[in-house]
Amino acid sequence: MSFRPDHEIYKRRLGRNIGLGLTLAAFVAIVFGLTVVKVTESGPIQGYDHVVQPGLVPQEATE
Amino acid sequence: MSDIQAFEQTVPQPGEAGFGDYVALLKPRVMSLVVFTALVGLLVAPVPVHPVVAIASILFIALGAGASGALNMWWDADIDAVMRRTAKRPVPAGTVAGGEALGFGLALSGIAVVMLWLASNLLAAGLLAFTIFFYAVVYSMWLKRLTPQNIVIGGAAGAFPPMIGWAVATGGVSIESALMFALIFMWTPPHFWALALFMKDDYSKAGVPMLTVTHGRKSTRAHVLVYTILLVPVALAAAFTSIGGPVYFAISAVLNAGFLYGAWRIWRRDEVAAEADAYRVEKQVFRFSLYYLFLHFGAFLLEAALRSFGMGGW
Repeated sequence: MSFRPDHEIYKRRLGRNIGLGLTLAAFVAIVFGLTVVKVTESGPIQGYDHVVQPGLVPQEATE
Repeated sequence: MSDIQAFEQTVPQPGEAGFGDYVALLKPRVMSLVVFTALVGLLVAPVPVHPVVAIASILFIALGAGASGALNMWWDADIDAVMRRTAKRPVPAGTVAGGEALGFGLALSGIAVVMLWLASNLLAAGLLAFTIFFYAVVYSMWLKRLTPQNIVIGGAAGAFPPMIGWAVATGGVSIESALMFALIFMWTPPHFWALALFMKDDYSKAGVPMLTVTHGRKSTRAHVLVYTILLVPVALAAAFTSIGGPVYFAISAVLNAGFLYGAWRIWRRDEVAAEADAYRVEKQVFRFSLYYLFLHFGAFLLEAALRSFGMGGW
């Protein structure tokens, strides 16, 4: 029994799947990076509502 | 699933697209210009942007521009098939189905606009959505086959990216971003008409009412000169705003003198002379116009770099 070489189309499909995988991985990385930047740059907020909470603002700043 | 269905799903289809075909749908060469001008708009703005936000925003602007390119290829597949320059695009070549290009373009448009909104602000996302709409609907579907002024009005779509970049940084529009818009807007007609002069058969074969087809080549030559004259004050005016300065002014003056000289050479030639040297002048001016735009935005960037060292501006 002999194996026939793969049709060219399977290589093309593999390339498409790898390309899509890399694109999705890059998208995840961008969203992760954006999330980190948005959370760390938006000041004294609580994780659940993204609104400044008076209780978190330092005492001197409110007086 | 029947045996026949199972067989059909495993047998390779000859026209099946590769990853590169989907990339080609996004018009990567146009995207590179969008990336560059949007990046300049973002970097010359007076408000600093976090690098991650800047990179993500530019990527989503480029994705939106690419999506509008895919929508354009879906709509224009019939005329792309008859033009030599565009016949090998994925849809007319048969590697990507028309409906697939439409779905791809719509999905990417949505992703790009929503992600730009999340990454930056609503104004930038709104401008990107309007740009996609303008290119795909106003230019491709409406104006391109209707009027020889298609390039003039449609040029607005290519002019928005620096304005979007500026909006990402500042959250608004200003005289500076309007002038960057105007620079590309006024540059587009002479740039494309120079191309239309030497791609002579393509547009008439496709039935696109290019100025060369509807008003003749003599009139097109005059239009190139007039629009180049109108471009000059727009380009120079930017020198006297917060993004310009003496370095920009000097670079712009030289480039505008060169472009004007080229447009004048195109205007004074007739078809006999152009045919005789295989449209050498028209090709030179077309190539020069690419450098013209690239170097103008490079000069904005240079002024911004000088300002960061306390040297830019007047």
